[in-house]
Amino acid sequence: MITQPPPPPLRLVVDLNRCQSYGQCVYAAPTVFRFHGEESLEYDYTPDAGVRREVARAAAACPVQAITLGGATEPAPTASGDDR
Amino acid sequence: MTASAAAGLRTGRIVVVGASLAGLRAAEALRDEGFTGELTLIGAEPHAPYDRPPLSKGVLSGRLNCDHIVLPRVRNIDARWLLGTPATGLDVPGRRVELADGRGVAYDRLLIATGTRARPWPVQTGGRLDGVHVLRTREDAERLRGALVAGPSRVLVIGAGFTGGEVTSSCRELGLAVTVTQRSATPLASALGGVIGRAAADWYREAGVDLRPHTTVRTLEGHPSGRLRRAVLSDGTTVDAEVAVVATGALANTEWLAGSGLAADHRGVVSDAGCRALTADGRPVEDVFVAGDVARWPHPRYPGQLMRLDHWDNAVAQAHTAAHNITHGPGEQLVHRPLPAFWSQQFGRYLKSIGVPALADQVVVTQGSLDRRQFVATYGLHGRLVGAVAVDSPRVLDGYAALVEAGAPFPPVLGATDGPAHLDPVDAAFPGRAAGSTPDHALSAPAPTAHR
Repeated sequence: MITQPPPPPLRLVVDLNRCQSYGQCVYAAPTVFRFHGEESLEYDYTPDAGVRREVARAAAACPVQAITLGGATEPAPTASGDDR
Repeated sequence: MTASAAAGLRTGRIVVVGASLAGLRAAEALRDEGFTGELTLIGAEPHAPYDRPPLSKGVLSGRLNCDHIVLPRVRNIDARWLLGTPATGLDVPGRRVELADGRGVAYDRLLIATGTRARPWPVQTGGRLDGVHVLRTREDAERLRGALVAGPSRVLVIGAGFTGGEVTSSCRELGLAVTVTQRSATPLASALGGVIGRAAADWYREAGVDLRPHTTVRTLEGHPSGRLRRAVLSDGTTVDAEVAVVATGALANTEWLAGSGLAADHRGVVSDAGCRALTADGRPVEDVFVAGDVARWPHPRYPGQLMRLDHWDNAVAQAHTAAHNITHGPGEQLVHRPLPAFWSQQFGRYLKSIGVPALADQVVVTQGSLDRRQFVATYGLHGRLVGAVAVDSPRVLDGYAALVEAGAPFPPVLGATDGPAHLDPVDAAFPGRAAGSTPDHALSAPAPTAHR
C-alpha cells in the first residue's frame, strides 16, 4: 500500500512592504488574517492545518501576491536537534 | 570560467552565521541556485527562525504568542543547524568559525548574517535594574509582555523611533500610562524629519501619551530591592515608572569578528556592492560574504557613503544577491542595489516608506494632509525625488517608487485629485542639520529601526 507523505506544516508570512491592504485574505481566511486599525494587517504565521484550504485560497486571492507559504517537509530545526 | 570551476562553486562547504530571516533565506536561495554541497547554519538564538516585526505589536499586545511567529521555510535545504551556539571567532585564512561551545566549523565559503541587537542602557546609569527592558528577541518580548500584564502604574519608553512608537502604541492598547522621551523635537525625526514627525507627535498625543520632546533620560534609579523606581530626565524632572523600555537603536553583532581582519565594528561589516566582505584595508575577501542588517555596503544609487538597511525586505533581497554571487563566477556577479522600503504599524496606522527620506533636504505633502488620517509625503534632494512616505495609503506607493527609481524631479508632477492645488516644499527638518543643508552621513547615522 502506498501512503502519501504528510503535507508540510501550515506556515506563512506576508510581505508587508508589498501588502496593499486589499483584504482579500481576510475574507478568504478570517481566522488567520485580520486588520488591526484601518489598514494594518495582522496574521497567524502558524495556523492549524484545518484551515489549509482557506489559507491557500487567501494566498491565491492576494492581488499583489504578498503571501508566502511554507514548502519545507524537513522537521523544524531545534537547538538540541542536529549534531551530525 | 571553466565548467569545473563553475561546478566547484556549487559544491564544497558553505557556512551561514546567523539563522534569522537573512540567514534562512540565503540558505534556501543557495539551494535554489544549485548548491549541492554541505550547508551549515549557525544561530545564537535557540529557536527556529522567527519573524521579529510582530514582537513590538501583536506579541506585546497579547494578540499573538511567540509560537505563532515562526517563519515559513519555503523549501527543504538539507542543512546542519547549530542553534543556540553563538559564533565567537573567525579565522579568515584558516577558513574556520569558532563557536561558544568550543567547537570549530570549517568552510569553503562563509556568509555573515549575524544582524543587530538592541542598544542596551548603560549599567552605570541603571541598566541592570529590574524593570529595564530592550526589545529584539522572543525572550525580550516575552519578558516585557510579562511586565506589562502585571499592570505597571507607568511605562517609560526611551526613544520615539519606530520601535519606540510601536511599543508605546501597544502599551496604550493595554491601557497603560506611558511617558516617552525623545532627544529631538519630534518622534521619527531621524528617519522621516521633523515635518512628518510633528504629525506623528499628534498620534502620540491623541493616544494619550505623555510625550517629552527635546528630552533624554539622565539616569534610571532603583529601589533598594533593585527594582526600577524612576527616571531622572535631562530637564531635571523625574518620572516614576516600574517599567522602562530602551528603544535607542541597534548595534551590529560583530564582536565575534574582532581580530578577523574584516572591516567590522558596531555599525556593521563592510562589503563591496556584490556582498563580498572587505578587509580593514579595503580589499574584498573572495570567500566571505555579508547580508542583512549587519551589512554596510556602497549602494550604487547613493554614492560616497556606506548604507546599512535594517529592513525586512533588504534582509531577503540581500540574502538572494549574496547566494547568487556565492554560487556564480566573476562574469555573473550581481550588484546589490535595492530600492529601500520599510513599513511600520503604530497607533492604528500603517506607515510605508520607499527610497531614503533621511537623505532629503525638502519635503512636501502630495496627497491628503498631515492633519488627516491619510497622507503621502515626498522627499527631495537638490530637486530630485529621493523618497516617499504613505500613511494609511498603502495602494499608492508603487507609483512613487517608480518615480524615485527614475530619479524624477522634486516636487513631483502628479496631478493627484486628492492633493493640494500647489505643492510648496518646506525644509524636511532633520535633526542636527541647518535648514536647507544636505546630510553628511545620513546613511551611516544610527539606523531608524531595529527590525523592519
